[in-house]
Amino acid sequence: MIGGKHIEEKIRTPKAAGPAIIPFITAGYPNTGDFKQTLHEIAKKADVIEIGVPFSDPMADGVTIQRSSHLAIENGVTLKWIFNQLKEIQLDIPIVLMSYLNPLYVFGMEDLVEASIASGVDGFIVPDLPIEESKELNNQLIDADLALIQLVTPATPLDRIELISDQSRGFVYAVTVKGVTGGEDALSADVTDYLQQVHEISRIPVCAGFGIREKSDVEMIADYVDGVIVGSAIVETIEQGNSPTKFLDQLKN
Amino acid sequence: MKNEDQNLLKALLNGELPDESGRFGSFGGQYAPETLMPALKKLEKNIKIFLNDETFQEEFMNELNSWAGRPTALTYASQLSKRWGVEVFLKREDLTHTGAHKINNALGQAMLAKKLGVKRIVAETGAGQHGVASAAACARLGLPCTVYMGAIDIERQSPNVDRMKQLGTEVISVMSGDQTLRAAIDEAFRDWVSDPENTHYIIGSVVGPHPFPYLVREMQSIIGKEARQQMLDFGENLPDAVFACVGGGSNAIGLFHAFLGDTEVELFGIEAGGTSDDLGENAATLASGKPGILHGTYSMLLHDDDGLIQETHSVSAGLDYPGVGPEHAFLQSISRVKYTSARDDEALELLREVCEYEGILPAIESSHAFVEARKWAKENQGKRILIGLSGRGDKDMPTLSKLMNE
Repeated sequence: MIGGKHIEEKIRTPKAAGPAIIPFITAGYPNTGDFKQTLHEIAKKADVIEIGVPFSDPMADGVTIQRSSHLAIENGVTLKWIFNQLKEIQLDIPIVLMSYLNPLYVFGMEDLVEASIASGVDGFIVPDLPIEESKELNNQLIDADLALIQLVTPATPLDRIELISDQSRGFVYAVTVKGVTGGEDALSADVTDYLQQVHEISRIPVCAGFGIREKSDVEMIADYVDGVIVGSAIVETIEQGNSPTKFLDQLKN
Repeated sequence: MKNEDQNLLKALLNGELPDESGRFGSFGGQYAPETLMPALKKLEKNIKIFLNDETFQEEFMNELNSWAGRPTALTYASQLSKRWGVEVFLKREDLTHTGAHKINNALGQAMLAKKLGVKRIVAETGAGQHGVASAAACARLGLPCTVYMGAIDIERQSPNVDRMKQLGTEVISVMSGDQTLRAAIDEAFRDWVSDPENTHYIIGSVVGPHPFPYLVREMQSIIGKEARQQMLDFGENLPDAVFACVGGGSNAIGLFHAFLGDTEVELFGIEAGGTSDDLGENAATLASGKPGILHGTYSMLLHDDDGLIQETHSVSAGLDYPGVGPEHAFLQSISRVKYTSARDDEALELLREVCEYEGILPAIESSHAFVEARKWAKENQGKRILIGLSGRGDKDMPTLSKLMNE
């Protein structure tokens, strides 16, 4: 099984009780040599892995991911490099690439599908590709059973949430805050209402991300989502030389 | 021009472009984060209302005339005319309030934002001219304003930083990315994403997701409308060629638009050629870029084989940008406008020539347009040309003083 179905299944049957855990790491950060090892380790605890393709102008990202992207680029990390690394490993969980559109566009849509299948990538999250512009990529991916995971935010009107979740595959990415990734502020109290609405509208799993940093955040939204995406907090954990698996463990225990 | 291109130009002149999806041919679009989409749609809807609303247009014109100093003069450059062997006319946007064409757009968008009921304004700036214009317009309208400016630009355009602060604007130094205009735009978007309902982002050029390239063009098209009429009244005829510098391209679009239908008038956009043709040493996007997506729009772009945006170089902060407005990419693709570039040292040489012979200190940005104009004049003796003098060079004094003392 690949693509959207693979992602959906793993989110609906998480390794540990509670919402599925989807860690995000920037590829090749802090160094390229550890990338495959880090993936193996994280895969023990994760239900899906989201890998960040570094981009020079990450306009939806906060300082942590800006820093990791910048250094990954300095380390020579490219989309091509990521595909090559992924070809060399076998993980039992789905892999999703988070990339701004330009690196994907330059890679070429047909080559992208081919490389994804060859390296076990199941889907894509593209933060600067709203549904108005996503038709071309979405059609290419759907033809190959791959997933384009679409985002909704607290600013998205209800009828638009419906439209977006209909087109999304794998899961609907519910952004919990207005703002960029890695916000330090606590989740606002009304975030649960919003997540519940998204959950009611969507026929596929809903996973929440942006600003989820610790166990209390996960607890707060656990009843309203099928999974949580943890990005900046785990990138910081790895940066500090601490164990990402321990970090993932304590999110639910 | 080929038939197909002529039809596309006709569509543009008929107001059919940008189309419903915000495209000029294949260029443009709306590649924005989902958080901004409701705000962009709201803006799109309100632009349609207010740009066609006579009361709003009248208020805008009043402010442009009584506060911003429009209409700006058309100057016959008698000494340059003699030296170059062509009749040289200058459209004097340097004479506007705050010293550059940027005020047209900043004032118009701030007035629009006020109608939309937003509570604060953010803007980015490269040379500081758009920042100063936004700061002044916001002070005039009682709107709080935050301007993002790259740390490198803060240093080379320091007079403008103090002007913004004096006008009550908060100036935030951007240390991320390349620390110039591109990083400042990234940062302004990040700010806007955190509160899209209550904030309006006054983007400073004809770039960004739809409807910005259209909105900014509409605000700037007054430059060409005035200039074309002035050429007919005062110059007695249309020019044979028009020259304007292009960074993002707002002053050029503003000047060109009124002349697009006059197909006998040749139009030239001049980008920053920096120090060489090598990647990273210029900002000549249309001359050496490839199509790609940055800052919400599909246009020509300086990026590498992995889709990473390239660092650029120009002596002028205002042209130091790896992208360009999608309408320029379109105008290039249909061969209506020719795009060339001028090197740093050529621009500085022409800056000195304009100072010495016309008593005008042009911005380093605007000086790029004069480079191509002089070259063209050599091959076209006796013709008439119009140069867009987009801004004054006072803000360039730190750079110019340094060069004078070297």
